[in-house]
Amino acid sequence: MTLTLDSKVPGGPIADMWENYKFDLKLVNPANRRKFEVIVVGTGLAGGAAAATLGELGYNVKVFTYHDSPRRAHSIAAQGGINAAKNYRGDGDSVHRLFYDTVKGGDYRSREANVHRLAEVSVNIIDQCVAQGVPFGREYGGLLDNRSFGGSQVARTFFARGQTGQQLLLGAYQALAHQIHLGTCTLYNKMEMVEVVVDPETGLATGIIARDLISGELTRHSAHAVVLATGGYGNVYFLSTNAKNSNATAAWRAHRKGAAFANPCYTQIHPTCIPAADEFQSKLVLMSESLRNDGRIWVPSNIDDCGKQASEIPETDRDYYLERKYPAFGNLVPRDIASRNAKTMVDQGHGIGPLRNGVFLDFSEAIGRVGLDTIKARYGNLFDMYERITGENPYETPMRIYPATHYTMGGLWVDYNLQTTIPGLFAIGECNFSDHGANRLGASALMQGLADGYFVLPSTIAGYLAPQLNKKPMATDAAAFDQAEADARGRIDQLMGARGTKSVDHYHRELGKIIWDYCGMARNAHDLEKALSEIPVLREEFRKDVKILGTAEGVNQSLEKALRVDDFMELAELKVRDALHREESCGGHFREEHQTPEGEALRDDENFAYVGAWEYAGPNIQKDAVLHKEPLVFESVPLSQRSYK
Amino acid sequence: MTTVDEPTNTPAAPASHAAMLNLTLRVWRQDGPDSPGEFETYTTTIADDASFLEMLDYVNEDLIANDREPITFDHDCREGICGTCGVMINGQAHGPQKATATCQLHMRQFKSGDTIVIEPWRAAAFPIVKDLMVNRAAFDRIIESGGYITVSTGSAPEANLTPVPKDAADAAMDAAACIGCGACVAACPNSAAQLFTSAKMQHLNMLPQGQAERWTRAENMVETMEQFFGSCTNHGECQEACPKEITIDFIAMMNRDYLKAKMANRRRGGQRKAG
Repeated sequence: MTLTLDSKVPGGPIADMWENYKFDLKLVNPANRRKFEVIVVGTGLAGGAAAATLGELGYNVKVFTYHDSPRRAHSIAAQGGINAAKNYRGDGDSVHRLFYDTVKGGDYRSREANVHRLAEVSVNIIDQCVAQGVPFGREYGGLLDNRSFGGSQVARTFFARGQTGQQLLLGAYQALAHQIHLGTCTLYNKMEMVEVVVDPETGLATGIIARDLISGELTRHSAHAVVLATGGYGNVYFLSTNAKNSNATAAWRAHRKGAAFANPCYTQIHPTCIPAADEFQSKLVLMSESLRNDGRIWVPSNIDDCGKQASEIPETDRDYYLERKYPAFGNLVPRDIASRNAKTMVDQGHGIGPLRNGVFLDFSEAIGRVGLDTIKARYGNLFDMYERITGENPYETPMRIYPATHYTMGGLWVDYNLQTTIPGLFAIGECNFSDHGANRLGASALMQGLADGYFVLPSTIAGYLAPQLNKKPMATDAAAFDQAEADARGRIDQLMGARGTKSVDHYHRELGKIIWDYCGMARNAHDLEKALSEIPVLREEFRKDVKILGTAEGVNQSLEKALRVDDFMELAELKVRDALHREESCGGHFREEHQTPEGEALRDDENFAYVGAWEYAGPNIQKDAVLHKEPLVFESVPLSQRSYK
Repeated sequence: MTTVDEPTNTPAAPASHAAMLNLTLRVWRQDGPDSPGEFETYTTTIADDASFLEMLDYVNEDLIANDREPITFDHDCREGICGTCGVMINGQAHGPQKATATCQLHMRQFKSGDTIVIEPWRAAAFPIVKDLMVNRAAFDRIIESGGYITVSTGSAPEANLTPVPKDAADAAMDAAACIGCGACVAACPNSAAQLFTSAKMQHLNMLPQGQAERWTRAENMVETMEQFFGSCTNHGECQEACPKEITIDFIAMMNRDYLKAKMANRRRGGQRKAG
């Protein structure tokens, strides 16, 4: 046990902590910044914003993406909006309220100091994005418009139609493009990080090995610090709302080199996605949560009716189960509750649709109440998208929806500086664990990505770099680079050499089924044990039997996928191990053994108010992984149990 | 040029409630930028509720099972927003359905018995990397030359200090909806990039925040574009192919801005000359 968790949270009153800390941080003077090399891996909101800002400050930045262009990361698909405590509505919002809502919404499993800082810088994000030309929705007077989102009691969400993520990412991309033009940032596109390099003597991160996805070559890159902005691990489920290429390889490779991985069991399942249509479904598509404002969710009361058209089922034979069970909140209960109840209904045999794998989201009552035109104005784009995908017209027949994996709250453990347990290796955005606790609120992912990238990391990294002035980064012909490259090559050779019988996708689907069935919306010890016995068997089979055609030289998309799936196979085991150890229900982690008599999540603050950070200690993950605990203290937001009855 | 292969040994299609389509595919296969390419022919049976890319996934699984290298194609979000995917389908960029990127196209747009010809974007500025994958880096070069507003992080004024008329914000958003897929270039007989460039430029040029760099932006982006792409002759194919329905009105606005930017004596008017 060499690893220690020091959160480095500065003392003092929480409202002044970040300002005071910034004053205390060491600085690198402007003339010296160009002497430092920083690697940023990933060009989503967090990575793009960090790379651009570090470039503006004068650092030498090398920025890596596996996409062809730094404008394509999955941040781009976020629809709803971005929260900020501007209080432009005058409806009682404040930094403290956003902080409070985020801690409470995270079910008291996040670090107060980080969340408060997030709420503070949220206001700067909006200023920055508006100045960049992000076309946020506006009122007729020309000022910024807001909406209320995800059950929030104040309107603090800024939006650019249904494409907020796209517009924010383009803002960061354009800022990065400017820096590339000026030469402060160098872009390495179609390059995927496959290994992190750590100096064996000092323990510091000194660079990465990246695979050129066009030539297949393994390339070496050294720097004074490495920043990972590589997103979440939702694709461990195979079917999720994540983009097809989203993967956890960078984070997992860092974990294997000594970075603790925190709370991998925390996964957010979004309640309103289009159900899988067929066995060859490749991904799931999310329909905005806003639909629940007007849609009523129901299933047939009689299982015999489940094969019928909705119109054939009389009103008296419909079970509006959310309205029945949660009369106060009805269809607007939080994401985790809506998701779990849909699962219960489908598991009990009430699922609808050709595969009996969905529930109805019905707009007929709303159309009768406010008229077709109003519904069209509110949701026209979403209805069109639904029809394009399913071939059904939701104005005439109810939508079919079912929950899908959407976001992962767990990730690399980081301290207040966003530094992992490997000094010099930082993690920002969805790939760290820091701000959302056990459950993320709607419109907070974009906020956290940009907070980390624009405002937090560029300040805190100076504290790490300043003492290294005039030290050169490690030479790329050093033994540590030889070793890291050999490790990567060994993995590639092993997978290419298997020459087995089944494709990468086959194994990824199999893994996804195990994780979804046994570690999905509701978990229990029996199922989790089952997953722990099945995953290592599948992993061994995958490594011996995967079939990758072609060579490792040149473009080989099967090999790209295989390397990612190989890491998912290990991460999946840690995720299940974490879920098994956490004997409580909180946020996105629901253990069936731990619920109230009404079936609600039951936290155990006495025994589990901590961050579970795992240390990699050997390939038999369920036995070898070592748990470290960072206790969570709630001084500003007193602990309380959620209730939506 | 054309080789007709033995139809691949299609395994039993997965159980499905949907109608099944029997299709013949003619797919462009090319090993690398300098290799000769050719069409290969495959047959497949697919459910009509699959997406177009799921159909390609399925064909690839079939190819792998038959020890043949799968078709390389770019894709990512599969929600029509990242702009990574895009192929010519029967000669149309992104295929037959209007306002729909390849990943959002579903097989119910086709009939059983159809032959579908699938090719990469064809444009000199987008060299083929492999099979259906092309290199669109020229788009990034255009943005780098001026497709931004200079505002270092932390230096921005309070967001509501400058009101933006709602109409201007909405029009800017119409332009900013561009996903950078390259369909406009692929659809254009001249391989021109006017629709992309004008959308990216006018998004910024219509906003108050974009005024300070308006003329240098116009000059730099147009001249960078011309290093890579053909010239616009107003065919309008680009707006027909655009999955986000961006209109060629933006091209007219770009041309106007470029012309103004080239006028003499700009610096005396307080407008810096480019470069």
